[in-house]
Amino acid sequence: MPDKALSRIRITDFSGVLAGAGASRILAAFGAQVIRVENPANKGAWDPLRASAPYIDERRGHNFGGGWQNHNVEKLGVTLNLATPKGRELFPRLVAISDIVAENFAAGVLARLGFAYEQLQSIKPDIIYLSNCGFGHWGPYEQFKTWGPIVQAFSGLTYTSGLPDRAPAGWGYSYMDHGGAYFGAIAMLAALHHRHKTGEGQHIDLATTEAASTLMGTHILDYTVNGRRTRNEHGVDSNRGEALMAPHNIYAANGEDEWVAIACRDDAEWRALAGEIGKRAEDPRFTMLEGRLAHRDDLEALVGIWTADQNKFAVQRRLQALGIPAAAVQRPEERVDKDPNTAAWGLWPQVHHNEMGKVRVDGIPVHASATDWEIKRGAPLLGQHNYEVYGGLLGMSDGEIAALTAEGVL
Amino acid sequence: MTGSLNDLRVIELCDEAGAWAGKLLADMGADVIKVEPPRGSIVRSYPPFYHDEPHPDRSLAFWNYNTSKRGVTIDLEQAAGREVFRNLVASADMLIEDQAPDRMAAWGLDYTDLAPTHPGLIMVSITPFGRSGPRSEEQATDLTLLAGGGPVWSCGYDDHTLAPVRGHGNQGYLTASNWAVATALIALLHRDFTGEGQHLDVNMHAAQNVTTEAASYTWLVAKQTVQRQTGRHASVVPSGDVQVIAGDGRYVTTGFAPRRPAQIAMILEWLHTLGIKEQFDQWPLLEVGAHLNHDITIAAIEEGGEDAMIFGAVRAALLFIAQHITAYEFFVGTQSRDMQCGLINAPDDVIDDPHMRERGFAVEVAHPELGRSFIYPGAPYHLPASPWRISRRAPLLGEHTDEVLSEIGVSTVERQQLREAGVV
Repeated sequence: MPDKALSRIRITDFSGVLAGAGASRILAAFGAQVIRVENPANKGAWDPLRASAPYIDERRGHNFGGGWQNHNVEKLGVTLNLATPKGRELFPRLVAISDIVAENFAAGVLARLGFAYEQLQSIKPDIIYLSNCGFGHWGPYEQFKTWGPIVQAFSGLTYTSGLPDRAPAGWGYSYMDHGGAYFGAIAMLAALHHRHKTGEGQHIDLATTEAASTLMGTHILDYTVNGRRTRNEHGVDSNRGEALMAPHNIYAANGEDEWVAIACRDDAEWRALAGEIGKRAEDPRFTMLEGRLAHRDDLEALVGIWTADQNKFAVQRRLQALGIPAAAVQRPEERVDKDPNTAAWGLWPQVHHNEMGKVRVDGIPVHASATDWEIKRGAPLLGQHNYEVYGGLLGMSDGEIAALTAEGVL
Repeated sequence: MTGSLNDLRVIELCDEAGAWAGKLLADMGADVIKVEPPRGSIVRSYPPFYHDEPHPDRSLAFWNYNTSKRGVTIDLEQAAGREVFRNLVASADMLIEDQAPDRMAAWGLDYTDLAPTHPGLIMVSITPFGRSGPRSEEQATDLTLLAGGGPVWSCGYDDHTLAPVRGHGNQGYLTASNWAVATALIALLHRDFTGEGQHLDVNMHAAQNVTTEAASYTWLVAKQTVQRQTGRHASVVPSGDVQVIAGDGRYVTTGFAPRRPAQIAMILEWLHTLGIKEQFDQWPLLEVGAHLNHDITIAAIEEGGEDAMIFGAVRAALLFIAQHITAYEFFVGTQSRDMQCGLINAPDDVIDDPHMRERGFAVEVAHPELGRSFIYPGAPYHLPASPWRISRRAPLLGEHTDEVLSEIGVSTVERQQLREAGVV
């Protein structure tokens, strides 16, 4: 009896970077057997994270990419060169024992290797095939290529992140690589449920530009319903944001590059904050929300003066004690090493990686009462599980595996 | 054909934090019944409104987050309301709620109250810091979650005297909701296999913490702190500009500039075609780059040296070209030359984009009460065997109270009594 939620599920997985690898990572944490397949000819270099910084020490190379290790925990790793005839003979045997084949190559890459959905289906009729790329598998931009920042730029996420009268700040990381991973995981899981009911597999076409644009829905409706465009000569102020809240901003605190976010959700919360600020806040213009919105520059300046000489965590504690949403802008080291919430949650589990040793990684922000996640095993070395998978699962002999390795197939 | 989740009934007791989770399930075919207090969800008061007229049924934010759902009103402060709610949950497979951590227990509607008579129930609780433990009493909004949870630290400008930036659109809530849906579907598969339900505790603060890409793992692995930069990845080692205003006043981004000799040759040819090659004083470096016998590696860029100089010239050339053509021409021109560059659209530009139009991203949703249809953003993923679909516009306040209560066996007379008592 499998003891994890997804112990019955096996994925043959070409998905890399974060937009792809992040999706199967979630399923792996809940027990799915994810077999990450990489090309031995280039030592897995298709995924640029495999050998990229950050590094745990001075060692470099394809087994030392810190991001790759983070995104591929709990997976098995095998090598397979699909450019070789023997590789193309072997691949169907993996497909035949899998529930899902997933990839985030550019559109059409797997098909050109001879493994379009129709071929996968002829190998295993109920296979679920996830293809994940920037613009999807058809349409005018089918051959265009993306990574997180391009997806974010195209979809409006970059434009809407910034301060007024300045260039867009955008998201300072591949937010939509996470998004691609989340939507990819959701789509695979929904397809598994559909297959459980009907016995039917399918080809999921995930275009991350579409997924990203759904995250901007209210802005889009303001255009399609009211004809109002988001673009304007001053740009956006996303710290003030769309909410009917004032104050609602990120304020300088004491110290270099130290900041604190404060939001007053109603007049009562403003009164409580004003009580802390003191006499200067006793301004009748600010009593009601309408007045605070109308005199927003003055209001935000007043709050900023009050925070400027205080420690950011002190402001957070002081306002939280009054029930006002406030949070220090935490640096990575603060939220990883000093935040009691992430620590108590077990949010940074430690895995064992065969070369790097003990490394902490991102955990899962959901705890499940019956079948919780587990992240213990570090990401695989290149080809680490060739014997376990080709021998243990496909029944090949050690001799066969050694020969194929010598030939460059594995 | 119907959606993947067409066999599923979900009760959703959510305001702004969890409504996106309900929408994702509903658009995949689940019968999602949104339960609101008689005064309505607070999101109904959020602008913008249809024709800018504030009205509980005209908030575009509410429209956006609540497609394909049915809506009922129940006053959970009254015992009779809680009884109706219990019966509603008994008819369902899943309950999603984003109430304060102690609220469901206070109502006698927590998982431990509901599960004994409904062992297959999957209950999903979305709270700012998780249901229990340190900080669970703290208040939060999308802004404070993104600030405390990590994303804000990485977003903003090269100029660190400017505040770091929180991206628009309640992305912190959406991120948490995405996690809620992914794990709810994992729990659903477990139930498919075993019949067993369970309770999921979704921690929104934790969800932001694991949605920061390299910021977290650069600290976890190397104990280094990334620093924010305008329009590009926060990083330990500063990188060069990527954003520029194109000839038509709109911004483009070069992303991570190309590193292959063939691509560099194409940039040279493009400069030549546009008649601006001689004006770009670093063109000789591009000539060298076009004849390299290797790709420029990320490691080589980090090390400095000739390859790094060539890479710098490539980036500068792209920014230079952009200034001489429109943003859209730059986007199509780079992409058709196998370079991953982008244009910085406003969200609404996406609806009019030729590729998005051809793929049917814009979908029409009827609003019979207004006698009109409107264009909504469409599918985040295409599942052809079990298609994504907006089956109806967001519910009007209490629109399906009668219909749903009647389905769970509340008689016409009882419904009248509940209505008179202000319970529904």
